[in-house]
Amino acid sequence: MDKIEKDLLEQVADLHEVPQGAYNIRANGQMAGRNTTENIDIVTKTDKPGIDIIIKPGTKRESVHIPVLLSQSGLQEMVYNDFFVGEGADITIVAGCGIHNGGDEESRHDGIHAFYLAPGARLRYVEKHYGSGDGNGRRVMNPTTIIELGEGAYMEMETTQIKGVTSTIRDTRATLAAGATLIVREKIMTHGQQLAETNFTVDLNGEDASTHLVSRSVAKDESRQVFRSVINGNARCTAHSECDAIIMDEASVSAIPEVTANHLDASLIHEAAIGKIAGEQLTKLMTLGLTEKEAEEQIVSGFLK
Amino acid sequence: MLELKNISYQVDAEGQQRDILHDVSLTIDERFVAITGPNGGGKSTLAKVIAGIITPTAGQILLDGEDITGCSITERAQKGISFAFQQPVRFKGLTVRDLITLAAGRDITVSEACAYLSEVGLCAREYIGREINASLSGGELKRIEIAMIIARGTKLSIFDEPEAGIDLWSFNNLIQVFEKMHEKLGGSILIISHQERILNIADRVIVVADGQIRAQGNREDVLPELLADGATCSVLTDKL
Repeated sequence: MDKIEKDLLEQVADLHEVPQGAYNIRANGQMAGRNTTENIDIVTKTDKPGIDIIIKPGTKRESVHIPVLLSQSGLQEMVYNDFFVGEGADITIVAGCGIHNGGDEESRHDGIHAFYLAPGARLRYVEKHYGSGDGNGRRVMNPTTIIELGEGAYMEMETTQIKGVTSTIRDTRATLAAGATLIVREKIMTHGQQLAETNFTVDLNGEDASTHLVSRSVAKDESRQVFRSVINGNARCTAHSECDAIIMDEASVSAIPEVTANHLDASLIHEAAIGKIAGEQLTKLMTLGLTEKEAEEQIVSGFLK
Repeated sequence: MLELKNISYQVDAEGQQRDILHDVSLTIDERFVAITGPNGGGKSTLAKVIAGIITPTAGQILLDGEDITGCSITERAQKGISFAFQQPVRFKGLTVRDLITLAAGRDITVSEACAYLSEVGLCAREYIGREINASLSGGELKRIEIAMIIARGTKLSIFDEPEAGIDLWSFNNLIQVFEKMHEKLGGSILIISHQERILNIADRVIVVADGQIRAQGNREDVLPELLADGATCSVLTDKL
């Protein structure tokens, strides 16, 4: 692994070297390393690019890292990864994609991740997207996440894109059975001419299913962001979606909520707040001795923490 | 020592020039000075002029003999002016510890941060990691605001109505905080307040009304006068 790839790996997975436990590293369209454990198997798909990750029922306190690195300018790929989390398992999956584009051609990674959680399974899924490189080539990532939660399953998804991705369309579609819970925390910062579009569709199909979607974003320069959330309450259930955005410079942010209750006992809430940094916040930090620019940085980094 | 020389602040209200502050001159070198007076009289504006949040239309501000009239909020803060807002600001994402650390201006340990919070009667362990968001009550925010000023420890600390938005029970404790701070802070405290108990511990009381200094002196001289008039509505007295 070269310096650029190591740097990408650190950014997307907080890893300095190969990780502990199960992992699959994909670099420039090739498998660059894989490890399986007694409870976690990783199998290359035969019909299309991608892997199946199979986690045995009852697996606890294990993790799977599946970073994707692109450092070859102009490389474009579409990858399908399917995760099968067995009954009663409780694990962490860390995915992430880093693109370094030093050339002029567009580099693109489109990942389709499907999660199938058996009843009672628990999963923490962490996903980071990062781009670097001073070439003119665009860095594009379009992650699609499909989530099927069985009865009483619990999934927490943290998705972060802080820097360097030219364009992203992030689709997340989830269906929840009875008693299942889905929590999503999204953090996005866009700058320059970047575009980030987020689409969430959550179907709450079983009794007492619940979801909480939280999106915090900062749009700088001339970047554009769109947050779209569609929540369907098809049974007695609760849902809360929150979109909170700071807009700066010439940026634009749209929040488009759609909540549909198809059941009398569905309780659905959507909140959206978009605005610039409040003047009094800047003033307060300046009275502590910070310059306006330092105050702005503190507010933005705290907001996205 | 803070000196205000002929400070005026005019605003354009529906085409008419209105004086919010008119020719205010003032020197503060005592340990504890209180400003009081009716609402809308210009007290908060005066505090904001000193902190640099409002630029006066005329006059001069000197800190230890140095003209700071043209200095920004940041520069004044760095030169040693602290300002506790009447309505503390909320920050999504920033924690109590973050703000105390920024106020102290250096990396501080958890126990140092906790010490500042304990000063204002907050159980530090419960608060240190909390976000400065809507989950904190007005009284809690007010105490954190005061803790930040203590953490800064500058030569001039301005408090704009620290009692506003605090229930009476909490306020009694807060008085003790100010009595202690009076002893502790090396510099001067300038406090805007309507509370007699705050005025009672001041070295000097200044009455600001209609944008001007109406009276000043020690509390024995100013307080009886203040309580004798001003407090009653003139419409009511006319009727009587």
